[in-house]
Amino acid sequence: MAYDYDKSIRPGKLPHIWCPGCGHGIVMKGLIRAMDTCGLDRKNTAIVSGIGCASRLPGYLDACTLHTAHGRAAAFATGVKMAKPEMTVICCGGDGDGTAIGGNHFIHACRRNIDMTYVIMNNFIYGMTGGQFSPCTPTGAKASTTPYGNPDPVFDISKLAIGAGATFVARTTAAHPREIDKLITMGIKHKGMAIIEVLDDCPTTYGRRNKFRSVVDMMKHLKANAVPAVAASKLTAEQLQGKFLTGILFQEERPEYCAQYAEVIKKAQA
Amino acid sequence: MAKKVALLQGNQACAAGAMYAGCTFFAGYPITPSTEVAEELSISLPTIGGKFIQMEDEIAAMAAVIGASLTGAKSITATSGPGVSLKQELIGYACIAEVPCVIINVMRGGPSTGMPTGPGQSDVMQAMWGTHGDHAAIALVPSSVQEIFTETVRAFNLAEKYRMPVQVLFDEIVGHMRERIVFPEPGELEIINRAAPTDPPETYKPYDATKGQVPPLASFGSGYKFHVTGLNKAADGFPTTKAEYVDAEERRQVNKVNDHAAAIESNEEYLTEDAEVLVWAYGSTARSARYAVNELRKEGIKAGLFRPITLWPFPAKRTAELAKQCKAIVVSEMNLGQMIHEVERAAKGNCTVVGEFRVDGEPINPGQIAAKVKEVM
Amino acid sequence: MSQRYEIRFSGAGGQGLITAGIILAEAASIIEGKSAVQSQSYGPEARGGASKSEVIISDAPIDYPKATIVDACLAMTQEAADKYANGIKEGGLLLLDADYVQKTPVGNFKVYRLPIMRIAKVDVGREIVANVVALGAVVGMTGVVSREAAEEAVLRKVPEAFKELNKKAFNLGFEKGKELLN
Repeated sequence: MAYDYDKSIRPGKLPHIWCPGCGHGIVMKGLIRAMDTCGLDRKNTAIVSGIGCASRLPGYLDACTLHTAHGRAAAFATGVKMAKPEMTVICCGGDGDGTAIGGNHFIHACRRNIDMTYVIMNNFIYGMTGGQFSPCTPTGAKASTTPYGNPDPVFDISKLAIGAGATFVARTTAAHPREIDKLITMGIKHKGMAIIEVLDDCPTTYGRRNKFRSVVDMMKHLKANAVPAVAASKLTAEQLQGKFLTGILFQEERPEYCAQYAEVIKKAQA
Repeated sequence: MAKKVALLQGNQACAAGAMYAGCTFFAGYPITPSTEVAEELSISLPTIGGKFIQMEDEIAAMAAVIGASLTGAKSITATSGPGVSLKQELIGYACIAEVPCVIINVMRGGPSTGMPTGPGQSDVMQAMWGTHGDHAAIALVPSSVQEIFTETVRAFNLAEKYRMPVQVLFDEIVGHMRERIVFPEPGELEIINRAAPTDPPETYKPYDATKGQVPPLASFGSGYKFHVTGLNKAADGFPTTKAEYVDAEERRQVNKVNDHAAAIESNEEYLTEDAEVLVWAYGSTARSARYAVNELRKEGIKAGLFRPITLWPFPAKRTAELAKQCKAIVVSEMNLGQMIHEVERAAKGNCTVVGEFRVDGEPINPGQIAAKVKEVM
Repeated sequence: MSQRYEIRFSGAGGQGLITAGIILAEAASIIEGKSAVQSQSYGPEARGGASKSEVIISDAPIDYPKATIVDACLAMTQEAADKYANGIKEGGLLLLDADYVQKTPVGNFKVYRLPIMRIAKVDVGREIVANVVALGAVVGMTGVVSREAAEEAVLRKVPEAFKELNKKAFNLGFEKGKELLN
């Protein structure tokens, strides 16, 4: 029997705005499955996003949804979670939104280890505005604002998250739909800041400028270059060239921010 | 029983007023000269189980305040100078998404970093027009420590009632000076809480104009699932570009304030009945003006003072009436002429309007104002 | 006493002169029920530099919160004296720390000298209470608030363990201030 996604989708809100072949829909379905697996009561689930194609995701889902300003998802979400810690808070958005204009909010949410799950869809480009390069666009790649090739170095979002203090960091790709919901599920269950980076495809503004002939080519690329982190130790540096590690990249237990603040309240009331 | 009194700084009174109003959430970023508001609330909020968070930057603080308010928490931030500029983006978000919140602006001097420890009143136009796009604004300008307390309470009331950001602006002089404050008893001042939705979750629409100019706002986590966005939206909260919806929503959001300007307005008049020259001043400058008016009266000059406590919406009607009665209006402010433009607009040429300004980090003193009044007599 | 009485405390940042101003304002407004406004100006330094604290005391509500013409001024350092010992009323009072201000500001006011820091250090035993010695002297010389009200305000401000020390500092300052007038 087909999986029932419809009960999670707001009536009348589809079709979505995403282009044919865009991976965001795969991520959304993964998120729905993860929320179902976790048994989340949508009345007590806030899904918060910034601006961009990926940030339109919350609008389709039947929950408490907050489509904020460019880059600000983590900061709005911090307010929601602090004020009502009993709510489950999920952030979603793109690479440019989360790591460029929202980079400061992203790293500080990681540092605080506030209990939320941030699904960051990294399609290497600013899609909504027509394909300008983002901090995640590969060096040398073509974008509408890098006509001679991208001179910028690249952010590794997962490494950034680990360095900033997130306590659950995982990566997968849009070509691994089952792993998406598995990792998001683990992220939601994790008490603290969970970053789930999903490498994603933008055929319209990235693929066609960078010699990917079709969506299938892009998906094949994601699949072919994904190396499970658990297998990486057996590979040489040469073999890992151009690959990206997937699966759980980092996990630790550290005091969660709202729990820490509950201690502040106890002291203040003593 | 005698009421509790204390000698407090304006910034401390602001924090105390927030607590009185039922505030349970503060997010901010350290900036002079507003920092004491944050420091006080970091002490007092957790004692009632409220939350205080120092965010990574000014924008984040405004974001967190809006997020918290959407869960139903009465939320506040405090800032100054560059911090106010940084917050403009999300003040606009709070306007269009109609999220109640209070923004304290302890005004310092100069553009950019300017004069962090010096007073200014140069953010008053920004309070109305700082964020992009058409929107309504409510801004209050207390001029004493006691009034900072009561106006902070009123700011929360107005934010909750009209479902929007409300700014309280006071200059560094009032923010940092200490005066005696008499604490109102609980229940003495009116406390307004946002209207709860009358519709069940199944049919609730967060921007349903048929529920009135200010549709009720449900809280996240209270059983209501709804969508909030900074895009132009229809009654159900979802984005739309349909001309008729966009137009109606923008007009409703501006009219919800303009149609109630009289109720939001608050002014103090001193010796205006027979005034021939009117001093129009707010905040700490109004204190200098009052001193000047007293001195001028001793010399037989019929001077009076008009002091707006609500600066936005602008008290156009009363200013226009006084312009007809007086020979001249002296607008005095610690900037190079901002509110004077609104006064001129309201006066419609019925009297002379002149300015007495100062931006050197020193307060406008009574002598300056008195001299200007004599000059226009 | 005239209806509006203006006092300026000035010295180096960190000497506690803002606190002295606050205590005086509390004595006047909370204990004696008059109107009082305390304000201050400060630079970016947390310590050092010159700082001032002004207190306006009146029987009537106070409009303009800053000094117009100062009735009594205290300067604890040369820098403070140079910067802030101005705008003093004709016949007004200027109190200087005898050891730290060599160049006396010139004006139509009465100048008094008292080794405030030395009194705090030698006679009271702790330099840190120099601001309270200074407050005592100013109250003794001006009578702007009663001795009892000022002492009570001082004691309300300090922790139990330091009450005796501050009481001694205030009263010594008060006596020395009064003596200066004779």
